[in-house]
Amino acid sequence: MLGLNKKDTTFLLIVIALTIATPIILQPFAEGSELAQFNGGYPDLMQKIAIFGIFAVGFNILFGLTGYLSFGHAAFLGIGSYAAVWMMKLLTMNVIPAILLAMIVSGLFAAAIGYVSLRRSGIYFSILTLAFAQMSYKMAYSVLTPLTNGETGLQLSLDDPRILDGAMEGTSLPVTNIFGIAMNSSYKLEALGRVFTFNVGFYFCALIAIIAFYVAIRLFRSPFGMMLRAVKSNQQRMTYTGLDPKPYTLAAFVISGMYAGLAGGLLAAMDPLAGADRMLWTASGEVVIMTILGGAGTLMGPVLGAGVIKYLENIFSKINETVLHGWFHWLPDGIEDVVIWVFARFTGEGWHLTLGVTFMLVVTFLPGGLVEGLKRISTRIKHGSQKRDKYDDPDPEHRPEASKHVA
Amino acid sequence: MGILEVKGVGKRFGGLQALGDVNLSVQENTVHAIIGPNGAGKSTLLNCLVGKLIPDTGSVMFNGNSVLGRKPHEINQMGISRVFQTPEIFGDLTVMENMMIPCFAKRDGSFRLHAVEKMENERDLIAKAEAMLDDVGMLEKRDMIASSMSRGDKRRLEIAMCLVQEPKLLLLDEPTAGMARADTNNTIALLKEIKEKRDITIAIIEHDMHVVFSLADRITVLAQGTPLVEDTPDNIKGNPKVKEAYLGETQQV
Repeated sequence: MLGLNKKDTTFLLIVIALTIATPIILQPFAEGSELAQFNGGYPDLMQKIAIFGIFAVGFNILFGLTGYLSFGHAAFLGIGSYAAVWMMKLLTMNVIPAILLAMIVSGLFAAAIGYVSLRRSGIYFSILTLAFAQMSYKMAYSVLTPLTNGETGLQLSLDDPRILDGAMEGTSLPVTNIFGIAMNSSYKLEALGRVFTFNVGFYFCALIAIIAFYVAIRLFRSPFGMMLRAVKSNQQRMTYTGLDPKPYTLAAFVISGMYAGLAGGLLAAMDPLAGADRMLWTASGEVVIMTILGGAGTLMGPVLGAGVIKYLENIFSKINETVLHGWFHWLPDGIEDVVIWVFARFTGEGWHLTLGVTFMLVVTFLPGGLVEGLKRISTRIKHGSQKRDKYDDPDPEHRPEASKHVA
Repeated sequence: MGILEVKGVGKRFGGLQALGDVNLSVQENTVHAIIGPNGAGKSTLLNCLVGKLIPDTGSVMFNGNSVLGRKPHEINQMGISRVFQTPEIFGDLTVMENMMIPCFAKRDGSFRLHAVEKMENERDLIAKAEAMLDDVGMLEKRDMIASSMSRGDKRRLEIAMCLVQEPKLLLLDEPTAGMARADTNNTIALLKEIKEKRDITIAIIEHDMHVVFSLADRITVLAQGTPLVEDTPDNIKGNPKVKEAYLGETQQV
């Protein structure tokens, strides 16, 4: 289907099914129950998972395939947001032109930054990209204030021209929409004691995410994708095979920059506001962590990583001491205080600690990321749980072969 | 006029004159060996031919065109392929992918954004790559990850990757260095077969005299950055100057 082989088609269909069912899957606990805290099926979180999934998938095209670790990809996210908000201020509240402009502008920036940064590789490349991102961040606060509105952030206002939308009525700010359907409109369904929210914004993000994911699969399987893996594997051989690695890496850099811009544009489409914080180096680090946590170089890994991190961020940061009291009120007083103190370090403001511990465990025990964990579980199920290592596998290729006579 | 003409090439690294005044002419469809003791400048010379180094003086003409100032990938596109001392292959990729990359490079040039095409639609290139793998007896290993193979197989794959581009000139940098005897003999047999079956010129740098004398049509002996003598293998064997350069006067070859 659509130029994919059977395995990839099945894979894509599963991803589509999971995406459509996200509002249900992320709402496993009944309303009002103790565990309802852990429900993630509200629009804001689901949108973020889809958007950062796109960001990480794009980042993985550069990092996973070519091995070039960019530490400044958040710059393109921020640039995409600014471009999208400007489109909404000047032209229309319809999100389509906004995200298109976001992709174009971030692609241009990626071409310029990539052209300079790719003159170096390894750690020097990472530092150069980091420097460019920090530069963008600082400039958004200083010389570019007319474009970025500095610390306040770029926002909509009532006297924006909005040429296509015509005259404004009323005194409230317009909402983002797609051909008249508001992004923030939702349909709530109550069933089985749970409330499922089907949100326009989420499904729009999900549709874009599926398209972005499909494009990534095609890219991974194309000759171009193979060339990118060749860049990672052996640039010397590549050069002496008559190929110039530079335009290949630059193309990968621009494509992943455009993915980041698309994600930034979608963030603005969900909430028409752009601030320089999105370009901070911690945001660049976050996408690196997402990709590695999920599994760099795999198709599903970055999406999984983005999902896990955004879920942890939103759910764990909500759990405060009052909630913890509710959980542990049955413990004797002295012990309760101790337990709550310990848990409070990992929740609320301390959710970064949970993320750090998770990241450490995954990197130590599953170097291939969460995807490797899933693979191991599926082999366990198929082959039983006896202890296995690589020497147990049948290996027909690797026995001492009689040296072949050349004929 | 040879296919490769090296005239008056010199290269200096700081205080070291690595190459003095090298003149070399490699004739079409021959195997030309360059031998010499350690530090004679063999690798420097080779690097000057493929664009890794730019000589201080002199000229290098390939097929009537100068290679000086061109980048390695441009020189490869002119028809020079290089085999390295330690096999340089794409270790993370499968054997078949290793073969497909040079096929794409030959057909599409040094860059093409073939992002929407599909691998399985490139039937011509796949057939070409498979035929080449079959020629070197590696077809049944097509789906192996290249880095998991033995040194001999890696060398064989590297040679196949160069040959599938149908280069006019194949440069070999100590192709049997660090190999077991059986692998060395296999490589010699493979190179002999290539020499007989294909229209190809081979320039080979080698330490192992066994390899040199079983393959070469002409031999250039390099010592201290200048060619000492150029002759046929039989004449080189008896040449006292060569013995001296290699072994000192008193010893026998």
